Amino acid sequence: MKYLQDIGSYFLMIKKVFGSFTKTSVLRHLIFKDINDLIISSLAIVSFISFFVGGVVAIQTALNMDNPIIPDSLIGFATRQSVILEFAPTFMSIIMAGKVGSFITSSIGSMRVTEQIDALEVMGINSLNYLVFPKIVALMFYPFVIVLSMFLGILGGWVAGVYGGFTSSSDFIAGLQEDFIPYQLFYAFFKTTVFAFILATVPSWQGFYMKGGALEVGKASTNSFVWTSVLIIAANYIITQLMLS
Amino acid sequence: MIKVEDVHKSFGDEEILKGITTEFDKGKTNLIIGQSGSGKTVLLKCLLGLFKPEQGRIYYEDKAIQDMDDEQQRKLREEIGMLFQGGALFDSMNIEENVMFPLRMFTKQKKTDMLARVNEVLKRVNLENVNKKFPAEISGGMQKRVSIARAIVNKPKFLFCDEPNSGLDPKTATLIDTLIQEITHEYDITTVVVTHDMNSVMEIGEKVVLLKHGKLVWQGTNQEIFKTDNEDVTNFVYSSDLFKKIRDVQLKEG
Repeated sequence: MKYLQDIGSYFLMIKKVFGSFTKTSVLRHLIFKDINDLIISSLAIVSFISFFVGGVVAIQTALNMDNPIIPDSLIGFATRQSVILEFAPTFMSIIMAGKVGSFITSSIGSMRVTEQIDALEVMGINSLNYLVFPKIVALMFYPFVIVLSMFLGILGGWVAGVYGGFTSSSDFIAGLQEDFIPYQLFYAFFKTTVFAFILATVPSWQGFYMKGGALEVGKASTNSFVWTSVLIIAANYIITQLMLS
Repeated sequence: MIKVEDVHKSFGDEEILKGITTEFDKGKTNLIIGQSGSGKTVLLKCLLGLFKPEQGRIYYEDKAIQDMDDEQQRKLREEIGMLFQGGALFDSMNIEENVMFPLRMFTKQKKTDMLARVNEVLKRVNLENVNKKFPAEISGGMQKRVSIARAIVNKPKFLFCDEPNSGLDPKTATLIDTLIQEITHEYDITTVVVTHDMNSVMEIGEKVVLLKHGKLVWQGTNQEIFKTDNEDVTNFVYSSDLFKKIRDVQLKEG
């Protein structure tokens, strides 16, 4: 019963987010601030993880190729497919659920605990629009982060493959170009956009409706990570089933 | 003026407010007092429209809040200033931005005009040279004063204060009380203060409403408190030794 109530309250929150808009000049300022907090500040960690995981995918593929009739270009092919289809959109989103999701929940939760949200409400401001809408807009730039992740993941694979002596540069690049299906990129970016919406709204919901003090803010951040990850994995399965099978 | 008529509010099976009827006068500091759990904050949140009473009506200058549509309620809230218990200043903004916030949200003034008004109200609450500081960098008393400045910057008609001097030393608490009363008279606004601090009652209680277990059990002025024989008032007021002694002295002096 509690889960049904929570689902209902989540969708009611989404409805309120898009009602009674905050003054445009204020909203614009908030959107730029959230782009900085949520997108720009994530670029370093995304770059680091993508580069090295891309490298590991290439090494793992190379080390598991015992059969001499399998061409070396498979390393580039496998790196591309793994990074574009799953690693960059899905697993990077789960990492972001930890980084961005916890930040959103704790910042909104702290505002709840210290009555800052009540202050907004008393002033007649739609606090959900003021707090959550800029985060949704900011995270619509999240696909650009994933483009960077894809590029650096493949670059990491190329560096590890070529400089680790597992393949030649030409074989790796031939693998990257092999059987390329542009629709798969569309699929990857479509699901990235869905994950961005989940990343913006589920942690906001956790923070906005939390009750209690500082301890509960911590608990809400943990719950936020768990639920955002679960929903991303579930959405990933459903979208893959609908778009690729 | 705010008029409250037979307001009932429950949470689950528990009835918190049991038919409150009273009036809060314009140009006066109206105090809602009572023990913890008596329903003071719930009544305040009903007045602010944050809680909807199941029964009864609340009138702001003869217009019931229940009859207002969303837009009218939003307009009304622009005329309300609120001082929260903890200040509720926005952590991510400096003092100047905090005080300017209602002006940015609800007016189309130029930035220079807004800045002039911000400096004017900060000066009014005896705060200068703090504009660029953040809330975490100033003391609790200063945060309360900034919060008062934010509440009055847009010239409200109604000012609500929730435990304005909790967590403050007696001297700063008196300073905040005095400031609230001065601003009430200066701007001729309706001020409602929720408190259980007897010093505040004696300092600024031009009208005092006592709640007990969700019921209004007494109302009058701070001067009438010492004269009344109402048992609930005497139990509440004279739970403090200091006030018992004051009463003894007053009785001796006739």
